[in-house]
Amino acid sequence: MIEGLGIPTVTVTMMPDLAQKFRLSRVVGVEFPFGHSFGTPHNDDLMLQVSRAAVQALSEAGEPGYRLDVVAEWPVPLEVAYKTWHPPKASPIVAQMLKRAQPQG
Amino acid sequence: MAVDSYKFLPRSMRAMYESMVAVEEPPVWTALTKPVERCSIALMTSAGVFLKDSQEGFDEEREWREPTWGDPTYRVIPRAVRQEQIGCSHLHINHTDLLEDLDVVLPFRAFTTLEAEGRIGRLADEAYSFMGYQDRRLEEWRTVQGPELVTRLKEQAVDVLLLAPA
Repeated sequence: MIEGLGIPTVTVTMMPDLAQKFRLSRVVGVEFPFGHSFGTPHNDDLMLQVSRAAVQALSEAGEPGYRLDVVAEWPVPLEVAYKTWHPPKASPIVAQMLKRAQPQG
Repeated sequence: MAVDSYKFLPRSMRAMYESMVAVEEPPVWTALTKPVERCSIALMTSAGVFLKDSQEGFDEEREWREPTWGDPTYRVIPRAVRQEQIGCSHLHINHTDLLEDLDVVLPFRAFTTLEAEGRIGRLADEAYSFMGYQDRRLEEWRTVQGPELVTRLKEQAVDVLLLAPA
C-alpha cells in the first residue's frame, strides 16, 4: 500500500513465503521468532547482518518478487525460542478460540 | 538455505499458512529514484511500541472487547529515542526483549553504522510503529493511515521505508 503511493519499500520478515504470496516488492527473510525482526538484545553483529541484507535488497532488486534470505541461526535453542516469543497471556482472539473449543455443558 | 517461514509458529498453523493462495492482484512496484547510497531510509515496525511519556499506547481494551479488531493507528518514534522511554502494547507477542533493547525491532544502531559507512544516504529522523494485529482487509490503513503516512514521509524527504512486521 505504501509502495503503491510512491515510496519504495523493503520488508524484513520471519514469514517470507507469506510476504511473497502477498506480492510484496522486496522481501528479506529471517528465521527468527516473532517480535525479533533483527535479532536478540544487544546482538549488534546480528542486527547489522540483517540490516545489511535489507540494503543489499534495495540495491539489487530490479523487479517485483525479489527475495533474499539471511543465513543466520537463531542463537537460542528452538525448544526455548518456540515458547518464549508468545505473550504471557493468550491474546483476545486466541482466548476466544480456546473458549469456543471447550466442550459445552 | 531458504528460511523456514513457519519454524516458530504453532504446528497447527503451518498447514493453514502453507495452503494460502497468493493474492491475484499484480505486484506493486516503485523503483528507487537514486542509488541507495544517497537514499534517506525510515524504519517501521509492527511491534506496537510507543513513547511512554508522551503517547498513548495502542487500544488493548477495545481489542479485548472485540477480539477481531486491532488498533489501526501508528506512533512516531524519534531516532534519538532512549530505551527507558519505550512502552509496548501488543497482545500477540512477548515484550521482554524489545523492552530490553528496542533495536531488536527498530535497528537504529545498525542503520547509524550503515549511514557512517556511506552504505545509505541517511537514516531518517523519524521511525514509525504500529500494532501488527490488524483487520486483514486493512481498510483504515488503505484510506486513512497509509496516505497520511506517505504524506509525512514525503515531507520528511524519505526515499525508502523499511517495513519490519514483528
